[in-house]
Amino acid sequence: MFGWFGKVSFVPYSKVSDFAVHLKGGRLMGSECSDCGFATFPPRADCPECLSGRFTFRESSGRGSIYTYSRIAAAPTGFEDEVPYTVAVVDLEDGGRLLGWIGETIPEDEVEIGMEVQVVPRLFEEIEEIRVTYTIERPGTTWGKAPAFDEG
Amino acid sequence: MPRVGVIGAGHGVFGRRSDATVQELAFEAFRLAIEDAGIERDDIDASVIGAVPEYHKQRSVAGVVQEYLGLTPAPTWLTEVACASGSAAIRTAYMAISSGLHRVVAVIGCQKMTELSTPEILALMGRVGEVQWESVFGTTFPGYYAMFATRHMHEFGTTREQLFEVAIKNHHYGAKNPNALFRKEITMEKAMGSDPVASPLCVYDCCANADGAACLILAAEERAGELGDRVVWLDGVGCATSSMSVLRRPDLVGLPSARAAARTAYEMAGVSAGDVKVADVHDCFTIAEIMAYEDLGFCPKGEGGRFIEDKRSYIGGDVAVNVDGGLKAKGHPIGATGVSMAYEIVTQLRGEAEERQVPGADIGLTHNVGGIGQYTFVHVFRRG
Repeated sequence: MFGWFGKVSFVPYSKVSDFAVHLKGGRLMGSECSDCGFATFPPRADCPECLSGRFTFRESSGRGSIYTYSRIAAAPTGFEDEVPYTVAVVDLEDGGRLLGWIGETIPEDEVEIGMEVQVVPRLFEEIEEIRVTYTIERPGTTWGKAPAFDEG
Repeated sequence: MPRVGVIGAGHGVFGRRSDATVQELAFEAFRLAIEDAGIERDDIDASVIGAVPEYHKQRSVAGVVQEYLGLTPAPTWLTEVACASGSAAIRTAYMAISSGLHRVVAVIGCQKMTELSTPEILALMGRVGEVQWESVFGTTFPGYYAMFATRHMHEFGTTREQLFEVAIKNHHYGAKNPNALFRKEITMEKAMGSDPVASPLCVYDCCANADGAACLILAAEERAGELGDRVVWLDGVGCATSSMSVLRRPDLVGLPSARAAARTAYEMAGVSAGDVKVADVHDCFTIAEIMAYEDLGFCPKGEGGRFIEDKRSYIGGDVAVNVDGGLKAKGHPIGATGVSMAYEIVTQLRGEAEERQVPGADIGLTHNVGGIGQYTFVHVFRRG
């Protein structure tokens, strides 16, 4: 399922593949080590602190602030149709960092370091196959959430 | 530990070398290094090749270089850490010699950047970052360094003009280097008018791809000592890493790997930043040179913009930086770059740099970064 994540996917599989399923359901998931409690975003299956391989997903509020950004004019393969686009690094208030695109609710000339933002799960609706991502939007931006599923 | 000395150095012309294969480029630099060292090819008992394989049609490039230089059956191996592959070759040659396993080792950095088509290059460019969580958003090399620049400008007030001052200096000196890709000066006006690549960086903030090769001959202390005062000693070899994902870094205003590698190299060589008279640093983008001043301790963190604006990295300033033109003007054949940097420092410490000679250069360093700072090598050289 991890192949669902991103307009272009380089990684079809991962021990945290269910991240993409959660994202499709409107949930942004970090991870928490089942042994030492180390929590991080992006999620990882294997704990860098205690080397445990047991983890659970932990939902992030997606609220945070912009740490840095750049508006990209020269795109790599697969992103030619998107230019120019702005990528930003967001410090999440509940821990970890995320890199993503600035979405439509924030005009290009208003992007600045320190601004409060909301990370919002998205489906690429113009693409037929399932493709999920997230965008960085104004605080208060809302989106639909599916009921949480049991990863079993 | 016994010392390791540089006894020979050679450098080919960097540029769009559609006239030559990668092994032919390697040969140019190798022959010059052998002649410079005044040794026979048979004196070489191993070689290390610094190159990044994904740019070459020929897989396993070390083998084809070894054969073309006539070095078989001596052992060879390839080192790869992105744009720092050449310095990794120097480091492993240092290890091979200081361990006593080899006495005279040829280090060859070589790269063809123009073998691939533009679509192939664009596809590679889309995978420079961490591919699981970052490249899926279309990040690029300039895009990453642009994010460093945005943050650096925000925290320290570094200006758009200060970034271009780095490019202006490096073109100024590149014009004096016969091996450089661009041998012309640029102006602030021209730089300010260049197209955006990834804000705030523009075309004139970015180094250019080039084909090319450089070669060093390293030797054990007693052998190197025979060269008299033309020997240059490699007295400090620092190397460190930063996390692959920029999301796992403590900050994006410098490179933790560079700070750690510099600390190790200075300590090993018994010198401090203030002792360094000439340096070649990794200016893949203008912001990278400003961060290098800070990470190497040439100035405090945050003052790199002022450092270039006040011309303290010109000849006659605190420390002459990238007086061979740097990656910006000399060109950046990624596997060759680390060895090319060492070639310049060796040439400077011997007092043989002619028009771009730094007066009184006795201690010099190279600062070679792989990827987006995932790997940094800092090597300290001392005049014999």
